[in-house]
Amino acid sequence: MASNEEILAGLAEIVNEETGLAPESVEMDKSFTDDLDIDSISMMTIVVNAEEKFGVRIPDEEVKNLKTVGDAVTFISGAQA
Amino acid sequence: MSITALKQAPLREHTRILGVGAYRPGIIVTNDDVCQWIDSSDEWIRQRTGIVTRHRAPRDVSVIDMAEAASREALTSAGIDASQIGAVLVSTVTHPYATPSAAAQLADRLGATPAPAYDISAACAGYCYGIAQGDALVHAGTADYVLVVGVEKLSDFIDNADRTISFLLGDGAGAVVIGPGDSAGIGPSVWGSDGSKHEAIRMTRSLLDVRDFAMGAVTTDAEAEADGDAGQESLWPTMRQDGPSVFRWAVWEMAKVAQQALDAAGITADDLAVFLPHQANIRIIDEMVKQLNLPEHVYVARDIVDAGNTSAASIPLAMHRTLKEQPALSGKLALQIGFGAGLVFGAQVVVLP
Repeated sequence: MASNEEILAGLAEIVNEETGLAPESVEMDKSFTDDLDIDSISMMTIVVNAEEKFGVRIPDEEVKNLKTVGDAVTFISGAQA
Repeated sequence: MSITALKQAPLREHTRILGVGAYRPGIIVTNDDVCQWIDSSDEWIRQRTGIVTRHRAPRDVSVIDMAEAASREALTSAGIDASQIGAVLVSTVTHPYATPSAAAQLADRLGATPAPAYDISAACAGYCYGIAQGDALVHAGTADYVLVVGVEKLSDFIDNADRTISFLLGDGAGAVVIGPGDSAGIGPSVWGSDGSKHEAIRMTRSLLDVRDFAMGAVTTDAEAEADGDAGQESLWPTMRQDGPSVFRWAVWEMAKVAQQALDAAGITADDLAVFLPHQANIRIIDEMVKQLNLPEHVYVARDIVDAGNTSAASIPLAMHRTLKEQPALSGKLALQIGFGAGLVFGAQVVVLP
């Protein structure tokens, strides 16, 4: 079980690998599309890598609801519980 | 009373692809052309899809015309006369008649009659489905030579204003001839379907909706839209897809299928010379290469850059171009994998003709 801080750090690493964005720019209140400029296809790559890293399942329907980094951290944390 | 022994067709040990042909129609549609219809840019389309141009056929060129041109080249390249063909399989989802098939007319035009002929509806996996069946027919002794064609005129089933798939699609035809070989030339097919995801890539409406409109049961576009998700200007059925879901399935599920095809053929990625994935999107291709850990020496077909996504035609078109540009790859091992609407998928390792 990872803490929210650990999940955020892990996500930042995954986002960095996919997009080259600095990990510290991946903050809880940032929107994947509007702030981080991540398109829907890159988002899927991030989702699949996050599933693997955190051992959770994030269904396609759920991905649409993950607007901000905080949404993703909350979902992953809940799915791990 | 003794029972007379039944005779069965003699089995053949080996099959292979003997020749390949292609037809690329003459109208070139650029990204700038596409941007007249959707709010986008050349750079955006290149980055997101890898596509620079796609070919489209004029109104008077049919699926059968394109199939014929590709088939004639495949027959010549295989050194086989049409009269020797024992079956004609045409994979297409854009022949605009439910019946009769494109395959029967193609067989007639080529002079392959009375060879059995039928169409295969397996969208972007259609060519690999055709190879699976052609291989089995020659193996089983049901046919000596089988013509397998992948052909699409997708431009008849797109909505230029659609942002989900239409701008990716192109027209074209590719064909191969399968026949007996001296050694193994077609590995076991790994193929399948998942109809629970039939809405991931779909048509906006059925032909029955078109009929209802023609009969006056549906009188306006507004009514038609209320009753479905058709584009505003047209009742004509056109393609749509849920891009991100399809991307996820195509990369992570299909990488597993590709690996199974390698395993079934008893080889590893190191033994491959060429990777011929369905040309759906360059990002799917690049991510699959990563997932499969393909070594540097494997030549990866990226015909999509010029041809767009031509559904059933994309793999034989990519094979044809690869061999034209790299003739030394003839006789080498290639992994081919098709996947698409259904959802359906098919993969096999083949020796290039």
